Amino acid sequence: MKTISMRNMAVGQRGQILSVKADGEMGRRIRDMGLIRGAEISIQGRAPLNDPVAIRIKGFTLTLRNNEADLISVEVQ
Amino acid sequence: MNTMSATIALAGNPNSGKTTLFNALTGARQHVGNYPGVTVEKKSGTYVNGDNKITVVDLPGTYSLTAYSPEEVAARDFLIREKPQVVVNIVDASNLERHLYLTVQFMEMGVPVCIALNMMDVAKTRGIDIRVDRLSKLLGVPIIPTVARSGKGKDELMQVVSSEERAMKNGPLRLSYGEDLDHALDTMESLIRPCTAVSNIYDSRWVALKCLENDQQIIDYMKSADSGLYASLKQIKDAVTDHLKKTLETYPEAMIADYRYGYISSIMKQGVMVHRYDENRLYLSDKIDKVLVNRLAGPVIMAAVLFGLYYFTFTLSEAPVAWLEKAIEWIGATADAHMADSLLKSLVISGIIDGVGGVLGFAPLIMFMFFGIAILEDSGYLARVAFMLDRVFRIFGLHGSSVMAFIVSGGIAGGCAVPGVMASRTLRSPKERLATLLTVPFMNCGAKLPVFALLVGAFFSKNEATMMMIITVISWVGALLAAKLLRMTLIRGESTPFVMELPPYRLPTFNGLLIHTFERTFQYVKKAGTTILGISILLWAMMTFPGLPDSAKEGFESRKAQIQTSASGGESIPSVVEKRDAEIKALEAEQSEATLRNSIAGRIGSSLEGITSFAGFDWRTNIALVGGFAAKEVIVSTLGTAYSMGDVDPEATESLRDSLASNPSWSPLSALSLIIFTIFYAPCFVTVVCIVKESGSWKWGAFSMAFNTTLAFLLAVLVYQTGHLMGF
Repeated sequence: MKTISMRNMAVGQRGQILSVKADGEMGRRIRDMGLIRGAEISIQGRAPLNDPVAIRIKGFTLTLRNNEADLISVEVQ
Repeated sequence: MNTMSATIALAGNPNSGKTTLFNALTGARQHVGNYPGVTVEKKSGTYVNGDNKITVVDLPGTYSLTAYSPEEVAARDFLIREKPQVVVNIVDASNLERHLYLTVQFMEMGVPVCIALNMMDVAKTRGIDIRVDRLSKLLGVPIIPTVARSGKGKDELMQVVSSEERAMKNGPLRLSYGEDLDHALDTMESLIRPCTAVSNIYDSRWVALKCLENDQQIIDYMKSADSGLYASLKQIKDAVTDHLKKTLETYPEAMIADYRYGYISSIMKQGVMVHRYDENRLYLSDKIDKVLVNRLAGPVIMAAVLFGLYYFTFTLSEAPVAWLEKAIEWIGATADAHMADSLLKSLVISGIIDGVGGVLGFAPLIMFMFFGIAILEDSGYLARVAFMLDRVFRIFGLHGSSVMAFIVSGGIAGGCAVPGVMASRTLRSPKERLATLLTVPFMNCGAKLPVFALLVGAFFSKNEATMMMIITVISWVGALLAAKLLRMTLIRGESTPFVMELPPYRLPTFNGLLIHTFERTFQYVKKAGTTILGISILLWAMMTFPGLPDSAKEGFESRKAQIQTSASGGESIPSVVEKRDAEIKALEAEQSEATLRNSIAGRIGSSLEGITSFAGFDWRTNIALVGGFAAKEVIVSTLGTAYSMGDVDPEATESLRDSLASNPSWSPLSALSLIIFTIFYAPCFVTVVCIVKESGSWKWGAFSMAFNTTLAFLLAVLVYQTGHLMGF
């Protein structure tokens, strides 16, 4: 087990969210979508220009920019 | 609740099938309006089943009930102020956990909730079994399984809504948010309760909760209602915020969200849902995405899809456009044959029929375009477009979500800048929003389409689809560069979050597409029928009065008599008669032109000719462009009026397109210059009013008119002069 930023995850890699370091609007947007501590996620793909990133959580797909993914630390295998 | 005035609200996440259910419930009995004071669209309709009549209000789709976007505020205000009997919360059964997050917030508010567990069919094919009874019992709210696409379950839903109202009145849900917050909430609640100005409208504990969540709307309300009370609430809030930060490195809002999700997952763990397959397996939608948002194939397919939309629109609409043109010509010819020459006849033919007919003729084109857009929107592909283009948009200081505003405005030609400017409301950062709403009017709205279609049809008829694609590219590039310019100068600032759902691909319902298409087309036609008619008549008056002075009229009369005299005696010689008729015709055309030049509009147009000739525009084009300030489609109707009045030929069967193409003062280059000018110059006054409203200042409305017109003129001059030098 190691902890990395969501930005550095590879396509297809799975992990569990350890922390979300975002407050205010950004924090709310992220939480509204279910990205909270303990949530299981996997990287589904990246946009043609490598940014934003599409992630899979609880059976649906979300997109985030890389600099937003930086705020989320994930525990990966 | 069997009274006629019963009202229910439909609420749910975007992409929950809310609009589909709304359409299934109300059919065509819909009314579209606005929420008071804001520009969020308010849709309401009537559900009828036997004697059972219920008013259904479709609330804006939201993920949450914070005061974070105007949609959320509108939805919340409606629930608090209008107190609908029941809130029907549409929950996606295939995406249960996340959708219940909104449900919990309704329950916290204490509004009577009933769940429509939608997309049961999708859940089933995904191997998800939901024990509806158990879930209903655990949440304490009635749940009715539905499939909105087929209308399955809608009558049962309405049955429950009207008969079991009492079962939904549970009072607010009291969740625990952890010891620290619960304690703070208790204290705050006891402070708020005695203040009746607040507690008569809102639930006291809910207000306390919203204060902890940093909800700006509630905070502002509390400040104005009782500033002393707010100060003591803030003290408690600050203390607990500080405490949480020190001990747990978290914020109250995050903590509250955690506990809400915790409550949901504790329910989920009690066997309400069974997965028959691996939860993370790839569905068909994900497999499609592997291709459609693929790094290499994605952009190529996206370009192809957009081009395909053009092709579809232009090819399929050709026949109906021709029919309408024929019909309008026939009406004009009939009026011409049955009316005596008079000012009234001129008004009817030149003012009314030509003006409105010219615009209505394009209605089929606009309808096909909207149909295509609706398919992209409803299928989920537009979200992928935003995903793929965000990186590009950010370069220009915009947001991936700006794509929506740009597309609605006509990024895929045929939108309208008015809803486009309004769509910019979904953007959270005021700076990106301002940049978006100031640049979306550069897009090719449905009203500019007739202008482009006319000019392209007349001068570039061999490459119609390619030319329209080029026009779109020009408007995009221009808008993005203008946005960048604004974000670097007048509206500097940081960028905002891009957290967005990629909904699974869905086959759009035919019913939904039709409602969507007709709604928008109807709005266009309504605008064409009223505003345009008024403006067309006004312009006719401007182009008719004051008429030629008597001395000039006499001059024409005597010249006409001269021609008659010189040809007298030759009535039996065909060549003489032909020459005479041609001379008279030319003279009459000259007279009409002189009349128009002398009119109010002609004088304005002529006085500007000195400047506009650098861009290749004569006074007629100038008149048309002045009219375009009112609405862009007026450019076409004004050109129509201007040319039919300047050309007295009663056999006016040639359409405007042909008369422009054969007119020596027009060339492909001047047409291109006019196209460029039309793309960029001042938005119509309706859009300007919207910009003023959305930006909150007349300054930006005035700015957009001045900035856009200056930019448009410089670009048109550049194109025209460069083209001239190159020998076109």
